[in-house]
Amino acid sequence: MSGNHNTPRRPRILAVASGGGHWVQMMRLRPAFEGADVHYATVDASAAVMVVPAPVYIYPDANKDTKLKLVLAAARMFWIVLSVRPDVVISTGASGGFLAIRFAKLFGARTMFIDSIANARELSVSARLAKGVADRVLSQWSGVAQATGTEFAGAVL
Amino acid sequence: MIFATVGTQLPFDRMLSALDDWAARNISMPVLAQTGASARSFRNLKAIPRVDQRTYAETMEKARVVVAHAGMGTILSAAEAGKRLILMPRRAELGEHRNDHQLATAEEMSVLSNVTVVHDAKALWDTLDAVLEAGADLTPALTLSAGAQPRLINTIQDFIWTQAAQPRARGLALRGLRA
Repeated sequence: MSGNHNTPRRPRILAVASGGGHWVQMMRLRPAFEGADVHYATVDASAAVMVVPAPVYIYPDANKDTKLKLVLAAARMFWIVLSVRPDVVISTGASGGFLAIRFAKLFGARTMFIDSIANARELSVSARLAKGVADRVLSQWSGVAQATGTEFAGAVL
Repeated sequence: MIFATVGTQLPFDRMLSALDDWAARNISMPVLAQTGASARSFRNLKAIPRVDQRTYAETMEKARVVVAHAGMGTILSAAEAGKRLILMPRRAELGEHRNDHQLATAEEMSVLSNVTVVHDAKALWDTLDAVLEAGADLTPALTLSAGAQPRLINTIQDFIWTQAAQPRARGLALRGLRA
């Protein structure tokens, strides 16, 4: 696929995933990144060994119940987006992915938020926030996608 | 060896206590537990608050059975490693999570051939006993391939590549500020 695209350089991707399931799901999306210049952002530095030699940026884990950390995560994420200047942001959640998409939109990046497969009944808070900002928001459950006006395009499983 | 994990974000002492009680009666079977944010100590578990990614993968590979909260990271990792998995979903009414999405996850994932869902200590003990008694006969048929569904991969690939030729937004696009 990378042989016949028509851009002068490989698209630069910022792939953002928090710890645990968000990161494991991102790992399952890696075949989609083949041929692109992928930079990862996650919360656990020990995850870097899984994507060597791709650059990995670390941000603090936070959610809506940890307000101070959310502010720190936002500041850090702004710096990461500024450093990487991605063409494309892909996130599997959670709040860090929303922040990255929000900031990357300011620089004209194309952005996609893929809600975790854990959200089988309703969208996550981050996905709901991303709906107002991201170019594409996907649910991995067709029922949830239909009910929330998001897109369904299969799942990681 | 049994590998138990409750993730790293929130405590889940109901599951770990149940497992601790079981381990007290089954001292020949070591239990390694990623106890995450739990403040308690468990006499019969080898507790590690936070397991790094490499250790996590190695422990998963070695485990005979995995016991876990209904977190997708564990579910996917156990399926990729072809391990039997006993899931106990967290419940919001017991203060175990912010909402009940783990109940939904467990219900949906119970269709996987390697997964058994339990909701209390007794069911956990019975399932562990049954799984270990059956031994090698119960090796799960399921071993997940390493990638997502082709449709999802293709959708992301198209998003990355087919629009890559389009010009980037002019200057500072303020659309994102209006959310």
